[in-house]
Amino acid sequence: MAEIIVREAIAQGLREALEQDENVFLLGEDIGEYDGAYAVTRGFLKDFGPERVRDTPISEAGFVGAAVGAALVGLRPIVEIMTINFSLLAMDQIINHAAKLRYMSDGQLTVPMVIRTVTGGGAQLAATHSQSFEGWYASVPGLKVAVPATPYDALGLLRTSIKDDNPIVFAEHALLYGVRGDVPSEYYDVPFGKAAVRREGADVTIIGYSRMAHVALEAADALAERGRHAEVIDLRTLRPLDIDTIVESVKKTNRAVVVEEAWRTGGFAGEIASEVQEAAFDYLDGPVVRVGGLDVPAPYSGPIEAATIPDAGRVVDEISRNFAI
Amino acid sequence: MKTAVDIDKTQVAEYYRKMLLIRQFEEASSRLYMQSLIRGFLHLYIGEEAVAVGAIGSLEPQDYIITHYRDHGHALARGMDPKACMAELCGKATGSSGGKGGSMHLFDAERHFMGGHAIVGGQMPIGVGIGLGIKMKRENGVVMIFFGDGAVNEGEFHESLNLASLWKLPCIFFLENNLYGMGTHVDRTHAAGRDIYKSAEYYDIPAIQVDGMDLLEVREWTNEALRSVRAGNGPYFIEAMTYRYRGHSMADPVNYREMSEVEEWRINDPIDRFKALALGEGLITQDELHVIDTEVAAEIEEVVRFARESPFPDNDSLYKNVYA
Repeated sequence: MAEIIVREAIAQGLREALEQDENVFLLGEDIGEYDGAYAVTRGFLKDFGPERVRDTPISEAGFVGAAVGAALVGLRPIVEIMTINFSLLAMDQIINHAAKLRYMSDGQLTVPMVIRTVTGGGAQLAATHSQSFEGWYASVPGLKVAVPATPYDALGLLRTSIKDDNPIVFAEHALLYGVRGDVPSEYYDVPFGKAAVRREGADVTIIGYSRMAHVALEAADALAERGRHAEVIDLRTLRPLDIDTIVESVKKTNRAVVVEEAWRTGGFAGEIASEVQEAAFDYLDGPVVRVGGLDVPAPYSGPIEAATIPDAGRVVDEISRNFAI
Repeated sequence: MKTAVDIDKTQVAEYYRKMLLIRQFEEASSRLYMQSLIRGFLHLYIGEEAVAVGAIGSLEPQDYIITHYRDHGHALARGMDPKACMAELCGKATGSSGGKGGSMHLFDAERHFMGGHAIVGGQMPIGVGIGLGIKMKRENGVVMIFFGDGAVNEGEFHESLNLASLWKLPCIFFLENNLYGMGTHVDRTHAAGRDIYKSAEYYDIPAIQVDGMDLLEVREWTNEALRSVRAGNGPYFIEAMTYRYRGHSMADPVNYREMSEVEEWRINDPIDRFKALALGEGLITQDELHVIDTEVAAEIEEVVRFARESPFPDNDSLYKNVYA
């Protein structure tokens, strides 16, 4: 067991894959000479060479499509899209192509690739650089979406992603790279579609993922001071979604809150809320509450940007307002 | 350029048979569309046969092909089973994708035919990636990437040319310039006019424009491109000037061009032209042509019967192959 940060966990997963499988290679903007925009691939170029740590031009549709093609002929590319905002330039390749080729060829083609990308706001990067689109990708059949919150999950989910024969969107939150946590020295992985119950409690279920899993835990701490006990579920993957763990919890707590950084309107939290009310309507003491990003483009200025992103105070307020606890 | 007739008799018969097969396959699919056995979009390749047959005929089994949605000709030229192809057009369980892909999405992975892709330009970066895969695995193949004049104004076209040249990948970019992107003439869409191949020069890719109605010219320049690419010189760009006699798809009323234009192109029909040349050079006889005509007609009849009689897929197949 060692305590490491999320950045180190992801770097470890990538290194292992490069060492163990000659078909794995990395490509993306500034991953080599520059050492990675978020320094995840620091030192990789020296250790693995320019062919397997392949710097690309700023050409997202081009290099994501190239990864799709390389995957079709037996390689296992891991693409880094510097931020999820830039993935919009490659959406044609991700959604129209990577997600469809297996199905449209009825199994003749396979697209084993991982798209690592950086999601989330909170760093004063303004409206075009602070978005959370992982929920959009999670609505697409043919894709899988991983959203780790801890070093343990970052490494475990990355291992599972790299072994998977499908296109995976692996969304790393920009503000979580420095988060510490224990990681076993022996091999393990984290399966897709298995949420983690981070904290047990009987009064309300708070569901979050990525950075919002941490916000959910902070909210649970605040509630505990009032003698209320929240159960906190970290989804780990959005597709597949572990609805069973959520429903099981809601049957116990009778109250559910979904916390998400993406805009509240059309967010993935709405999908989860619908699933919960369809599966556990008779158990609910009130509406399934969504706490989401405010419906505005992210502003630059620190205080007003912070107001757009859910925090523990807002989660607690919403719980008090809706459930009177 | 002047085309030397350096071709043996077996090849002549094979090329003629392939072009005729494609044309008759397309005519049969047009009939099936009119009878509502084929639905959705159907884009016919009639008039462009010399491009697919002349280009793909020179490829080796290890080479790859990726193309756009007007893909029946390329699939058949590569040797895909016409029955599986027609059954796919008809949405049948026996189709190449079990009825999940349709006309625009034909695949034959065993023959390295990596599809029919229906988002204009979208196949190009994937083709580049196939080239990257070939290079990284130290294989000897090339990838032939087909696209139309409609694709060249997409960002993916330019991104693909840049990446392939930057990384010196074994890609042959094959532009089928049939002058129309759906109903809009290339003169109205491309700032640099009809000589689109010149845009490859900016990316330091050798490029040539050929007569796409002349199989032998297509073949000769394909072989030149193959020599260059296989020697490790990086990508090559061929623009074949060609023409589709029919509309963009079966839904197209074709009110954007005069019939006289179509008739002018028909004078240069690739099949008639090849036939006349082969007869003139003594490379084939009328009797041999007649045998091929009869065999192809019988094959198409069998293909149509197979597609008609095949069952539709079960709903059980719906969730298969969403994921590997």
